[in-house]
Amino acid sequence: MSDPMQAEQAHQGLQAQSDWGWLKDWRASAWSQFAATPWPTRKTEAWKYTPLKSMLDTEWSLAEQPGTGTGTVFEDWDRTVITLVDGKVADHDALPEGVTVRLLSKATPEQRAQFEDRLAKTLAGDQLFTTFNQALLAEAVWIDVAPETVLEKPLHINQVLSSSANGRAVPVRLMLDLGARSQMTLVETFSSESDGPVFINPVTEIDVGDSARLTHYHLLLETGDVRHLGSVQAVLRAHSQMNSFHMALGGVLKRKDIVVRHCGSGAHLQLNGVYLPKGKEHVDYHTTLEHEVPHGTSNEVFRGIIGDEAKAVFNGRIHIHKDAQKTLAELSNKNLLTSHKAEINTKPELEIYADDVKCAHGATVAQLDKGSMFYFLSRGISRQEAEVMMSFGFINELLETLDDEPVKQLLRPMLASLFAKEDELARHLV
Amino acid sequence: MLNINDLHARVEDTAILHGLNLEVKPGEVHAIMGPNGAGKSTLGNVLAGRPGYEVTGGSVTYKGNDLLELEAEERARAGVFLAFQYPVEIPGVSNMEFLKASVDAIRTARGDDVMSSMDFIKLAREKCKAVDLPQDFLKRGVNEGFSGGEKKRNELLQMMLLEPSLCILDETDSGLDIDALQVVARGVNALRSPDRGIIVVTHYQRLLDYIVPDYVHVLAKGRIVKSGGRELALELEKHGYSWIDEEVA
Repeated sequence: MSDPMQAEQAHQGLQAQSDWGWLKDWRASAWSQFAATPWPTRKTEAWKYTPLKSMLDTEWSLAEQPGTGTGTVFEDWDRTVITLVDGKVADHDALPEGVTVRLLSKATPEQRAQFEDRLAKTLAGDQLFTTFNQALLAEAVWIDVAPETVLEKPLHINQVLSSSANGRAVPVRLMLDLGARSQMTLVETFSSESDGPVFINPVTEIDVGDSARLTHYHLLLETGDVRHLGSVQAVLRAHSQMNSFHMALGGVLKRKDIVVRHCGSGAHLQLNGVYLPKGKEHVDYHTTLEHEVPHGTSNEVFRGIIGDEAKAVFNGRIHIHKDAQKTLAELSNKNLLTSHKAEINTKPELEIYADDVKCAHGATVAQLDKGSMFYFLSRGISRQEAEVMMSFGFINELLETLDDEPVKQLLRPMLASLFAKEDELARHLV
Repeated sequence: MLNINDLHARVEDTAILHGLNLEVKPGEVHAIMGPNGAGKSTLGNVLAGRPGYEVTGGSVTYKGNDLLELEAEERARAGVFLAFQYPVEIPGVSNMEFLKASVDAIRTARGDDVMSSMDFIKLAREKCKAVDLPQDFLKRGVNEGFSGGEKKRNELLQMMLLEPSLCILDETDSGLDIDALQVVARGVNALRSPDRGIIVVTHYQRLLDYIVPDYVHVLAKGRIVKSGGRELALELEKHGYSWIDEEVA
């Protein structure tokens, strides 16, 4: 048995509190799997550049009583909010018609049966910390959107770690099932008011039904001593569309595994993301696109700015299965290093088993462009201010593609202040 | 205002300027013409302080000070403006943000108050009209997706907002159709004033039909080989640059 995180006690404690036999078995099987997996080392391919040493310096326990916290607030955006503090639902707005929410912790006997069905065919993968999430799962929010439903207001899952969450492990699962031809916007935000260390372990599962459309934001806005290890798994059914935007500010350790499967033909995925570690922070995105059926299209663009002594990892895999003819898939990853001690490990991977497809991928690592710099200087702008504006512009290019103005309004000032050590340098950006 | 004396310069390992002399007084418009490879663009870039352009001899005095001692941004703040032959695209930074940052930097250096955003937007819109650029170009990324003519008009817009003492236009006419050329010329003419010097670098005399220079210089092989009035440009138009080559030889 391998349990270097010493989480077995937490798992057993959780099991002892429950009278739900099926759930206990489901968690126990995950625990066996987690414990049987050798703890990752430098030689473990999936964790080669992301050491997990820092996960072992704390004896993690599950939160019993959640604290209080506000989380992320958008100005002037009419939305339906569900707030989770320390992994427990603290508050939620009235739900619009066509939307059903079930909570694992409050499941009625009838809902228990539904959960058993749904969890048995989980979309989630078998990444180490997806398995961990299953083994210690106390809460899952399951959102079901009826076919044909068009939600005017975005649904905001507002996750916050409270100031009393220090030393806590917070596994939480979100499941979103979009019925055929439904349309909605899902906003997931993660923030922390804890001094840390704190460990959030979220898993998001999304099923985008036939011809459904989803706009999705997954924003890791925590800073400080937060370890965020989690995954997003999405399945695209026939002719569905998913437009997904990811962002990670720094934090001691962040790792997100994103897997999107084209399971129905003719679906389209736009997957964009930005990561911005500084100081000694570490951010790792591992993305996988599984084209399992013909006529799917995917376009993926990730950009990172890595400063100071920070490290980032980007691994972008595209897997075109043998039947996935006429697939169009593109992946671009660009990185800007703003310090000599900053580090990026980027690796695009293409695996193609079909012969009639178009695929392109590319990764670049660069410093700020000298020609652009001279343009700023020749207009009297200082080198420092030019650096801030160029860094901001590099990321802002992706923000500009977002449909929702309130998201841009939330993120733009965050970015501006991130790049500018003095506010004065960012005065032209907000 | 500007005194260039026996200027030698090289780009990487290639020597380009071989003893160039030029004097520009306030209120004057100088045209510098010459064949490709003569060093026309090098001159503009050396004056603006572009990295990679190394001065190996001679001097440049601007308003009584050694221009070559100043960093690029200090030259801009002292009133030197280079309109780029190939303006740079900066996606993600809006034209308005760029212009405001630039105008703020230069006004601050001059000791003027920083303009309020409202006043600045009003002024920028007004100047857009003057160079015939639609106002939505202010919201777009700097030069991002602009046509050749739009980029040149954007350079002119910057020049009008910054009100430099010394304007250097590096082949601003290249790639412009006749309408755009007239717009650019109108803008430059509007900037003519008794306390401003203008250097127009061009390959063709066509631009000089609209911006009438006080002096015309022919630059060949890194030196000014002939100077004269406006009629020199017309002669060049008629006989081509080979005529100069023969005369110099």
